[in-house]
Amino acid sequence: MTQLEELVRQSEVPDSTASPATDSDQVDDIPLYAARRKIYPQSTHGKFRTVKWIVLAVTLGIYYLLPFVRWDRGINAPSQAVLIDLPNRRFYFFFIELWPQEVYYLTGLLILAAIGLFLMNAIAGRIWCGYLCPQTVWTDLFFAIERLTEGDRREHMKRDSLAWTAETYVRKGLKHFLWLMVAWWTGGAWVLYFADAPTLVRELATGQAAFVAYLWIGILTFTTYTLAGHMREQVCLYMCPWPRIQAALTDEYALNVTYRYDRGEPRCSVKKAEQLRSAGAPAGDCVDCLQCVHVCPTGVDIRGGANLGCIQCGLCIDACDNVMTKLGRPTGLIAYDTDLNIKARSEGRKPSFKLIRGRTMLYAAIIAVAGGIMLFTLATRDNEGISVIHDRNPMYVQLSDGALRNAYTIRIVNKELKSRDFIVGVDGLPSSLVDFIGLPPRADGRQLVTVGPDQTKEVRVTVTDYSNSPPAPSTTVLFSLIDIDSGAVAQMRDHFFGPERK
Amino acid sequence: MAEDHKEIDPITGTATTGHDWDGIQELNTPLPRWWLWTFYATIVFSIGYWVVYPTWPLLAKATQGITGWHAREAVVEDLAALHALRGPMMAKLSSASLTEIANDPKLLDFARAQGRVAFADNCAPCHGAGGGGGKGYPNLNDDDWLWGGKITEIEQTIRFGVRSTSDKGHQGNMPPFAGVLKPNEISSVADFVRSLSGLSTEPGVDLALGKKVFADNCAVCHGADAKGNKELGSANLTDKIWLYGSDKATIVDGVMKGHGGVMPTWQGRLSEPIIKALAVYVYTFGGGQK
Repeated sequence: MTQLEELVRQSEVPDSTASPATDSDQVDDIPLYAARRKIYPQSTHGKFRTVKWIVLAVTLGIYYLLPFVRWDRGINAPSQAVLIDLPNRRFYFFFIELWPQEVYYLTGLLILAAIGLFLMNAIAGRIWCGYLCPQTVWTDLFFAIERLTEGDRREHMKRDSLAWTAETYVRKGLKHFLWLMVAWWTGGAWVLYFADAPTLVRELATGQAAFVAYLWIGILTFTTYTLAGHMREQVCLYMCPWPRIQAALTDEYALNVTYRYDRGEPRCSVKKAEQLRSAGAPAGDCVDCLQCVHVCPTGVDIRGGANLGCIQCGLCIDACDNVMTKLGRPTGLIAYDTDLNIKARSEGRKPSFKLIRGRTMLYAAIIAVAGGIMLFTLATRDNEGISVIHDRNPMYVQLSDGALRNAYTIRIVNKELKSRDFIVGVDGLPSSLVDFIGLPPRADGRQLVTVGPDQTKEVRVTVTDYSNSPPAPSTTVLFSLIDIDSGAVAQMRDHFFGPERK
Repeated sequence: MAEDHKEIDPITGTATTGHDWDGIQELNTPLPRWWLWTFYATIVFSIGYWVVYPTWPLLAKATQGITGWHAREAVVEDLAALHALRGPMMAKLSSASLTEIANDPKLLDFARAQGRVAFADNCAPCHGAGGGGGKGYPNLNDDDWLWGGKITEIEQTIRFGVRSTSDKGHQGNMPPFAGVLKPNEISSVADFVRSLSGLSTEPGVDLALGKKVFADNCAVCHGADAKGNKELGSANLTDKIWLYGSDKATIVDGVMKGHGGVMPTWQGRLSEPIIKALAVYVYTFGGGQK
């Protein structure tokens, strides 16, 4: 059987979610727009549900509480562990402090995130979608609130189908109130990453916070309430680009939440299956109880095969395993598996999982290289620096006695949280006078410059050449700084220009 | 419609567009209805925008919108906020003397930053972006100053200009000597002037005649030692810096026609703190004198 034939075979499994097929297999009137089918996912319990609760608690716990974690940096810097300090152009992450010119670490993080996503996908499909994506995590929380207030699937559906009573209004009202509270807290936690959290909480409580804080809380409240409360699976189906990319990046070896049709088909009732089995005839394990469909947060029937709407959260595995356990049949009718393994089993071969593949190795290598470079640059990062800009107009100046002078603007960077004294020097011209504007000229070209904590200092420097012979059109000069206390050194090369020789 | 027959795709149960590319067909999935409503909402939003903000261009001006919001007023507000932010430093710049500015690093940085912008806006057209100057326009980076290179003198020049409309501006110019001096006298004085700074002279020239012509006609302004006089703005003819050029033809031309470059007065055109900031900025090019 070819893979295409397999796909077609899967498609022939009766699918309760598909629209009814017409007799002629032809339609002339296709609607341009379709109403959304409301999904009432049923609660379930089991291995994957537990994992999802843990992931939810950990990720949301980090998100809501991290701004309150303190990290002592002394008096010259904020004491918040994670802070995006936009007015002062600094990013603080525990022991790391990044300046705007180091934003390439963000590029590195984005590369790691993208390749990490690809690696997850190559190993076990949509791990991100099913467990880690904020849309999934918040929607899961909102489902929990919905079940708390409006009841589980059956109760909720029944109440929705009847005329609304006062209780319906109360329950729905309570649900939306709780949703809004969570959404508001989500927006509130967001702004805390951009200012000192305890101060901002106090300001927010007393109405003294900046307008932009309220604005962002409003925006995040709206998006959380809308996306997690109302849009839900529509985000995955219509908005998110990842399912499309994911489908193109996957291969036949990647584990996916898979309905083992070789074991499940033909579907029949428990009683009929017993009859068939006692008669020695083949009977599938799927009893068509639809539990896998009912627990699905995106309303997918996993028995239809790989599906764009399937976020692979594993809840159908839990639901099916519970049913199989009750029926006394082995669990794993739905499981993380591959079509290749199904094929192997049906042909009597041993199923296997190939973790080491070109794809996984390449992704792992990229992650190792990108992560390694980031770690190396972070570990060997300098806390001081010097940059030099040569005057562009004029390139050089002739003085009244014929000497040549070049002017530079140097910027000294002090990334440490204390004031530092640097000896700044200019070398390369044998007979020259270095003049730091505003400071007394020094024949040895050395000058003491103090730079405040976590600051830069700009100094204008002129270098005058007093050698009798005219210098070359371009001579290399070396600007260097030495920290008086630590001896740390930073250097920058530039040039001393003179007229072209005729 | 051309697509009369739309087949149902067996796998998804969704209709196809009827297009077929080597057996690959395109699904015709209906759009979600909320998408349609979102689309309508954007249309409603745009109509609301027309009502609130200036939008439609008419013959004379655009529709104004009910809020009266205008981009130009927003800029004015932003600028006012910026000026308010700079207010304290500007006031300090206004009241501080030039020496005080030079001795206060923070104020000096502020003055240089303000001066940089003002220089680019007002001075760069003649003196060049970095004050490099050009023929007839002094280089402000060197140590040769016609009207003095102390910071107070630079400020004075910026404030009142040179041969400007201000009566406090620097006066005095080099008169034309064509008709006053004979051509051979002009030629020999030009060679004599070149010899003062060690430049070559034409073979067989009568330098003694040049020296005499200089003493009789030029020394009154340029001085007997030809080192110039900043009270008159007369150039030092013994150094290596030549405002108009050092070749003989240029010097002869200058003697015959005279020189009288003009720098406008900036008093009244620029604010007090900006004039000070410009003086500080030009002074810190590197050529300023103590």
